[in-house]
Amino acid sequence: MKGGTLWRTVRLGVSSLLLHKLRSALTTMGVLFGVSSVIAMLAIGEGASAEAQEQIRLLGSNNIILRSIKPREDFATGSAQTTRVVSYGLTEDDLERIEKTFPGVARVVPVREIYEEVRFGDRAMNPRVMATLPVYREVTNRVVYEGRFLTDQDLERVANVCVIADTVAAYLFPVESPIGQEIKIGADYYTVVGVLMSRVRQQSDSAPAGKSTAEVFIPLETGRKWYGTMQVKMRAGSREMEEVELHEIVVEVADPKNVPFVAEACREMLRRNHKQPDYEDVVPLELLLRAEETKRIFNIVLGSIASISLLVGGIGIMNVMLATVTERTREIGIRRALGAKRRHIVTQFLVETVVLSVGGGLFGVALGLLAPWAVEYFADMRTIITPTAPIVAFAISAGIGVVFGLYPAWRAATMDPVEALRHE
Amino acid sequence: MSALDLNKPVAELIDVTRTYRMGGNEVRALDGFSHSFGRGEYWAIMGSSGSGKSTLLNVLACIDRPSSGIYKVDGIDTGTLDDDALSELRSRKLGFIFQAYNLIPQLDVLENIMTPLFYQDDPPADGEQRARRLAERVGLAKRLDHRPMQLSGGQQQRVAIARALVNQPALILADEATGNLDSATALEILALFDELHAEGATIIMVTHEPDVGERAQHVMRLKDGRIENIVRGQRGAPTALRAQASGGVAS
Repeated sequence: MKGGTLWRTVRLGVSSLLLHKLRSALTTMGVLFGVSSVIAMLAIGEGASAEAQEQIRLLGSNNIILRSIKPREDFATGSAQTTRVVSYGLTEDDLERIEKTFPGVARVVPVREIYEEVRFGDRAMNPRVMATLPVYREVTNRVVYEGRFLTDQDLERVANVCVIADTVAAYLFPVESPIGQEIKIGADYYTVVGVLMSRVRQQSDSAPAGKSTAEVFIPLETGRKWYGTMQVKMRAGSREMEEVELHEIVVEVADPKNVPFVAEACREMLRRNHKQPDYEDVVPLELLLRAEETKRIFNIVLGSIASISLLVGGIGIMNVMLATVTERTREIGIRRALGAKRRHIVTQFLVETVVLSVGGGLFGVALGLLAPWAVEYFADMRTIITPTAPIVAFAISAGIGVVFGLYPAWRAATMDPVEALRHE
Repeated sequence: MSALDLNKPVAELIDVTRTYRMGGNEVRALDGFSHSFGRGEYWAIMGSSGSGKSTLLNVLACIDRPSSGIYKVDGIDTGTLDDDALSELRSRKLGFIFQAYNLIPQLDVLENIMTPLFYQDDPPADGEQRARRLAERVGLAKRLDHRPMQLSGGQQQRVAIARALVNQPALILADEATGNLDSATALEILALFDELHAEGATIIMVTHEPDVGERAQHVMRLKDGRIENIVRGQRGAPTALRAQASGGVAS
């Protein structure tokens, strides 16, 4: 078919559709909403998954994080009713084994938590007070906001210095600069030498506030010196004695390829050396892979929903086109009598259907591009529109026009001209 | 155009039968119909309803096929043609004028006139010029961009006539062309037919109105799918045809 002929057919199709403006508009709705919801949902899904991946990546995709967790009651050792001591968690031995014997491990960072209140003047709070090494910041990709992080000298001098998270700084020092101020952790005074950006702030401004971001860091040696492994934990009115050597060990693996093997080795080692499940492991790389798998499943589910909605849209178009063909039986008869071949009739109605579905597709793409913007603006969620989404959605809508237009067009083309002319 | 061509019939039917099944009964709408319609002739086909005149027109129009027998248009045996070839034949050799005008509502006057050309495999380059000339001829040159809905019945039928002429057909078929018009407008349309006849066009017109039938050159009456009688030469051969027959050249 020559270009001019096709163009005329498209023009004819448009003018035929414009004879029934409302009907044509309503017919396109199915495809319109199908296409726009595909684009919008893909954008939201893409945004959420990017968010999750970024969070995981911030934990460090080279890292393996081991944490002490309090075992369930039936596993707990030590059973005195009044002043009971719960002993659990990672040990200095675990740390040493990982450091000395595991190949491929670049750095190992122990963290010990100190259950003490933090005060400045009449302001008090209960952040996570963590005694750790200066490399903690590097290994966990944290950013210094003001001042500096802990140093090796702090460690050697067993200095009473601390680095606080910006959330802590905002609470304790609403006006003044925190650097150089002395805060009280438990019974001792610590000089604030730096402010660390909290993880949430580090990601993006719009990330939802989740788990506690209030953190205070002190040198590991200082923690070891002033606070023993035995600590009292105040909790909901009751007090509890806990004996934990290390609360967290961050293992940095030199080559990300080795992360799964090192992670498995850690698990194996811990399984062998711990009688009770008093530890957990977080492997960001594994989480990342799991997140990608989740995203894949999400995309499949989304794809199915989208294809169903587009199918419904297509059926709607086909239904209207069948009605149109019946309604225009006489026109078909006239055209056939004037010399239209079957393929001319097929083309005419197919083009009309494609114009409908592509029209719906175009408006759907427009709406689909607008919706994520609105979601971002009103729901404070991150969205990402991949360039393929609108293109694929649009191509599918055109395909729907062809697939669902074929049968009505075929019905039109195979009408008996004599019968068709006698219609009405 | 040679004298030999003139003698060759435009539409030739040999022993054409068309049967339908209606509720288990076989109806013979055309029953062994044979006739040759010559070039330049102007025929009125009359008969009561059920006489087979509509079926004859459908067969002549190549939108219906005979159950048996042979139908030739301009020497081409239509029995050998497939659907596409038959459609092409309609768009090249036949012109249609219907009772209900049957213009296409979403097209304007010019597009309506050009419609048969759109469907030709190799449309003429001067199609639009032709359509404009014909619109002028039927007095609608100023309404080319009007839609059929904006025209009166008489004007619509003029557009239909222009459409029937745009492919320079060998045969013009008219089905109760004046049936929907008031008598004054009907007379105008019939006058247009007279003109076309005078210019050498071959016209076959189906009608049940005797005074319309009287305007034709020849009248054929049908009954039960057969020719009841034929009245020839009630108005004589057209002048142009006489001129051609005596060796003149029509351009």
